[in-house]
Amino acid sequence: MAKKKTIRTIPQERTPMREQEPRARAKNFEEVACGYDVGEALREAERCLLCPDQPCVSGCPVGIDIPGFIRKIGENNTRAAYDVIAETNLLAAVCGRVCPQETQCEEVCTVGESLEPVAIGRLERFVGDAAIREGWVNVPHIEANGFRVGIVGSGPAGMACAADMAKAGCEVTVFEAFHQPGGVLKYGIPDFRLPNGVVDAEIENLRRIGVRFECNTLVGRLFTIEQMVDELGFHAVFIGTGAGYPSMLGVPGDSLNGVLSANELLTRCNLMRARDAAFDTPIPLGKRVAVIGAGNTAMDAMRVCLRLGAEKVYCVYRRSRAECPARAEEVHHAEQEGIEFHWLTAPVAILDDGKGGVRGMRCIRMELGAPDDSGRRRPMPVAGSEFDFEADQVVYAIGTNANPIIGQTSRLKLDKRGYIATDESLATSMPGVFAGGDIVTGAATVIEAMGAGRRAARGMKAYLGLHDAARAAGGETLFGIDLGERNFVRLRAAA
Amino acid sequence: MEAARLSQFEIVAREDFSDVTYLLEVRHPLMAKAARPGQFVIVMAHERGERIPLTIADFDRSRGTITLVVQAVGKTTREMQQSCKVGSTLHAMVGPMGIPSPISGAKKVVCVGGGLGVAPIFPQARGFKEAGTYVIGVLGFRTKSLVFWEDKFRACCNELILCTDDGSAGLKGLVTEGIKRAIAKHRDIDEVVAIGPPVMMKGCAEATRPHKIKTLVSLNPIMVDGTGMCGGCRVKIGSEVKFACVDGPDFDGHLVDFDDLMTRLRRYTQVERAAAERWSANCRMKDLADPAAPAVELLELPDPFDDVKGG
Repeated sequence: MAKKKTIRTIPQERTPMREQEPRARAKNFEEVACGYDVGEALREAERCLLCPDQPCVSGCPVGIDIPGFIRKIGENNTRAAYDVIAETNLLAAVCGRVCPQETQCEEVCTVGESLEPVAIGRLERFVGDAAIREGWVNVPHIEANGFRVGIVGSGPAGMACAADMAKAGCEVTVFEAFHQPGGVLKYGIPDFRLPNGVVDAEIENLRRIGVRFECNTLVGRLFTIEQMVDELGFHAVFIGTGAGYPSMLGVPGDSLNGVLSANELLTRCNLMRARDAAFDTPIPLGKRVAVIGAGNTAMDAMRVCLRLGAEKVYCVYRRSRAECPARAEEVHHAEQEGIEFHWLTAPVAILDDGKGGVRGMRCIRMELGAPDDSGRRRPMPVAGSEFDFEADQVVYAIGTNANPIIGQTSRLKLDKRGYIATDESLATSMPGVFAGGDIVTGAATVIEAMGAGRRAARGMKAYLGLHDAARAAGGETLFGIDLGERNFVRLRAAA
Repeated sequence: MEAARLSQFEIVAREDFSDVTYLLEVRHPLMAKAARPGQFVIVMAHERGERIPLTIADFDRSRGTITLVVQAVGKTTREMQQSCKVGSTLHAMVGPMGIPSPISGAKKVVCVGGGLGVAPIFPQARGFKEAGTYVIGVLGFRTKSLVFWEDKFRACCNELILCTDDGSAGLKGLVTEGIKRAIAKHRDIDEVVAIGPPVMMKGCAEATRPHKIKTLVSLNPIMVDGTGMCGGCRVKIGSEVKFACVDGPDFDGHLVDFDDLMTRLRRYTQVERAAAERWSANCRMKDLADPAAPAVELLELPDPFDDVKGG
């Protein structure tokens, strides 16, 4: 038996992950971070104290047994590590890459109290990549229960919900408006952060557990949510359509041809492959590009522009670096690649080149005042500090509003901003219809959407009267009937 | 919900109206059931193609089909002119998109279609007719040989004013001449609906503005997803910015900033022209090897929704 690990005996430094050199990678769409090899993964796994409190598990929105899978990596049994992750998360390769671990599992890691926290995200990616490479897939024994579940939107929320409902034995169909499934993982997040091949592999895993994907299907318009329940025979429906609808600044010059939303730029590049001459979709190529906003989407847009051949890419943000919503790692990567950051700068107008295009931008300097509703210090314009600078393309990455389609086409109750109103279990105002992700909360992260998908799945299972495996073991019973099965009358009706 | 039906977009009929305008009838029973006048689809011809919005020119619930009328203007639409033969399939077709046109309780309407807008104004004219409205059709073509669907329109319009630029058929002049004539004859027109190139719709809006007649136009800007996600199709309506794909495509013609729309439609003109030129150069090479011309044929279909009557 090895000696008990302590904070003093483990490797003190976090195992670095190899990255493409910034100057080289700013010219290609290959992944920036290369991932751990076995030796690196073993070394990093060694840093986990396997502490009894397991704060990381409660820090994970989907509750992965983190010490469990790290222990298996430490035993050099990657397959077993995959089995542990796959119990709660079918999308390890995706989550290992795009989750903001530094504010979730790694933030609360015990090791992190005195050293750098264990690189949980990198270890998860190591396992997920191995599973894709080796073709591992855990197809659990699934007993069909006769319930049909319809899922609207194939992004992270829809995928997570689909996985749980399929594992529970439901016949799951996922509807997607685009011609390929994956949602924001496909059209939004660029290949250098999350290769589309990884997303496809994860979707293939869902197909193997019986999930059906129907693309080219715009729910709301081709058929409505009401029709799904009343006519198409779905016993439960989950809506995970995302927020979408990008905000525009509302300054003069908004509609100039060199101005576009980050969503449009990213979709053209990532999903439509506009950067590849063999694909027909055009993409605007700016030489000097200004991206407004400093969230993760803004970082993606800037780095895409660099790779498309822009000479200069500027980030224009009205608050300071401390308030910027992007992950620190993304800002760091962007900086390394040569993005120029202009903090405390707000656009006043986009300047016309006289031919309908952009010649530059008029900005004003800002200073921070008292905290606003978001708790961040409110940026205030400095009088008389306007200045112009040259740019031939402007990309807006300043957030999104609720997509109106489901609201226009159903009787679902919406909140005052147009997002779908739900209760704690993510049930909407229509019986059997659940919703989660950005269309409920407004723009958030991939893992939060996945967490919402799983939470909704729990609500749906309760609604359908399905056993929840975790609760069935030792759950409360009344006259021998599991109380978790709130709706057991319905279960009998379906049987 | 038959999976096979949703994922195959078979072309069941094709008709060529001229050397640039062609009609495709695509099988999609579910969409034929859902479609309403004024809506549109987004089509991808092949896996590497771009997504292009096309207004639904007609839908036939008994045949389970959607009709599109396409003008070969760029690379994609010219390529489709060659590749979309009866029996072939589109890579993708999603819809019906957009808010259906309100077939209002108007007593008397003028339905204006110019060029490519002639086809999509048809379901609206038919919708009004079915609602008991007095329908005056105004159709504009360049010349007599380009005229199509005259019979279809005669069947659903109480009056039809045909206009040609050169006077070879009907009235000589633009559709705005037709509108003026209709307004002069009928003092009680409640509404004008116009579909066509932006410059035509602008003309229509100007023609009705002095008479304060409610005028709806259908905008077809550049789109990618068509679901409100990219914002590429944003248009200025009065003081507001709207997305044509989910807030439209119909808007009050008196509020639309047409100059802005026309500028935005030119976003990719250069790239598109280059792509079209590259493509035609390629085709000439291929033509030398295979001089087969696209066949024009019609296929009879069984009725998948016999009980539901069309339109």
